[in-house]
Amino acid sequence: MGLTLQNLDKTVGRQIHLKDIQLEFETGSRNIILGRTLSGKTSLLRIIAGLDHPSRGRIIMDGKDVTGVSVRKRNIAMVYQQFINYPSLTIYDNIASPLKMSGLSRNEIDGRVRAAAEMLHLEKLLGRLPAELSGGQQQRTAIARALVKDAALLLLDEPLVNLDYKLREELRVELQEIFNKRDSIVIYTTTEPTEALMFGGNIVVLDEGRVLQTGPTPQVYHHPATLKVAEVFSDPPINYLKAGIDKGVLQLGDNIRVPLNGRYSSLSPGKYVVGIRSNHLCLSRRHEKDTEFKARVELSEINGSETFTHLKYGETALVVQDEGVFPHKIGTEISVYVSPDAFFIYDEAGVLKASPGAGQRS
Amino acid sequence: MKIRKRTFGLALYCGLLMLPIYWMLNMSLRTNADILGHFAFYPKDATLMNYINIFTDKAWYSGYINSIIYVSINTLISLATALPAAYAFSRYRFLGDKHMFFWLLTNRMAPAAVFALPFFQLYSTVALIDTHIAVALAHCLFNVPLAVWILEGFMSGIPREIDETAFIDGYGFPRFFVTIFIPLIRAGVGVTAFFCFMFSWVELLFARTLTTTNAKPIAATMTRTVSATGLDWGLLAAAGVLTIVPGALVIWFVRNHLAKGFALGRV
Repeated sequence: MGLTLQNLDKTVGRQIHLKDIQLEFETGSRNIILGRTLSGKTSLLRIIAGLDHPSRGRIIMDGKDVTGVSVRKRNIAMVYQQFINYPSLTIYDNIASPLKMSGLSRNEIDGRVRAAAEMLHLEKLLGRLPAELSGGQQQRTAIARALVKDAALLLLDEPLVNLDYKLREELRVELQEIFNKRDSIVIYTTTEPTEALMFGGNIVVLDEGRVLQTGPTPQVYHHPATLKVAEVFSDPPINYLKAGIDKGVLQLGDNIRVPLNGRYSSLSPGKYVVGIRSNHLCLSRRHEKDTEFKARVELSEINGSETFTHLKYGETALVVQDEGVFPHKIGTEISVYVSPDAFFIYDEAGVLKASPGAGQRS
Repeated sequence: MKIRKRTFGLALYCGLLMLPIYWMLNMSLRTNADILGHFAFYPKDATLMNYINIFTDKAWYSGYINSIIYVSINTLISLATALPAAYAFSRYRFLGDKHMFFWLLTNRMAPAAVFALPFFQLYSTVALIDTHIAVALAHCLFNVPLAVWILEGFMSGIPREIDETAFIDGYGFPRFFVTIFIPLIRAGVGVTAFFCFMFSWVELLFARTLTTTNAKPIAATMTRTVSATGLDWGLLAAAGVLTIVPGALVIWFVRNHLAKGFALGRV
């Protein structure tokens, strides 16, 4: 039981928005769709909702083909990225609107509206109009409207992206609790790897309309199957270095040489691409086995307690994420350290050959 | 000093603007002999004779009633057809939609005189001559495109996601349209109704061509004041003043919407 997407394609004009999507979502599961802007997240969600129709393929819900079923007859709820409420109705009527259509008694509606409002801290605002609310409260209203009916499918299209940082953190935690109490399929899209990791559940990594990888979120994070997945699922984007293996030694870039051991020692000699997450690079030695190399500082971004140092190593741009504040002068040469067991090693076609594994420091 | 200059300029502008209207009001309160006798800035012996004349003579007041009837019918028809049409133009993409939208507008560019004769023949054939509905339908020729054009601008300002949310919530289309959508474009509907009213109210050519007695508009009645004994100045002025009244009333009622509409939409 659950939702199955079979061979979905969506083309608009000559542009391919989605290509050959095969996915399964189980009842009661939490699902994240991760992808950059224009990767097709919203297109996919709209097709699942029934707002758009696929060019090809079928959507099966609990064993029934619902591909052509109108959105009105499907039991879904959706939250948009923009704050969408009915501007002419009060918050109470906004939340009550899906229930009024289902023909429940007045008392029942009142009880459920108040419960949903309480869950999202809107009790005191029920008499107001959406325009009189802050952005966060407007989005809470939209979420309350989506939660008030027991939809089998709850779709959220980057619901927190237009909120400020504080509110986002707060709602993120609350939403997780709310989702855990429900047994509907939750599908949540985001561009942010951090957000995806916080929600956990299962993940679908989408890029240019194609599914790159699916699986439990932490597992995909620790074993990104291709370079592209690693790129989408790292923030800041993962660093690449061209590499070669010869006689048990990994040569990174021009002159970084790392002796291979542990899980990497079985790799055959040849050419590779190595991905290193920014938090695996360090500006100070953390372990005596760390390999040191020199790079030139391009920019230091200080983000409160962390520093993102943008470096140039030869022709390659690198980003180092470090705890603490390290203001470096632009143009100076500094030492960078990398742990020998933090490499994602891909072959030339971009397929994962070895990863650091979940046990490593991350 | 600067403010005074501006106030003075505005006062002068308003004065010049109101002068002809004041002069008409002035004349409507005087007798013909008085008007032709001597020049006066205000009526010395004000008389309401001209107005009483209009309100007691059926030939006169029925002109106003006829005009109001066909103008209202026209406004209703224009809105009822333009609302769904504008929704379609704003929300759906279909073959030739942009051309059709433009074609609608070109109807406004053609002079009414071009259509007068064909309309006369067509309406005679279906025995609609001298009915209110005939004039109301003829005025749709330029009012429906205008209404579609204005409403489409307002509707495109409403995010499509609101429609989708309503459908997800389970609203059927008619219910969504009436209870959710139209309240959102209230200002647009007000502005559109105003323009339909005004254009239909001042239009003379169709109204005159398509009517004889039963649905004769006030503007046509006003030509009656010319006779062998000369022009009935006072009566004509009184009729003119009364012609302004409905328009002024409509403006008064939609003034808030109008200001908002001019700021927001496509007018």
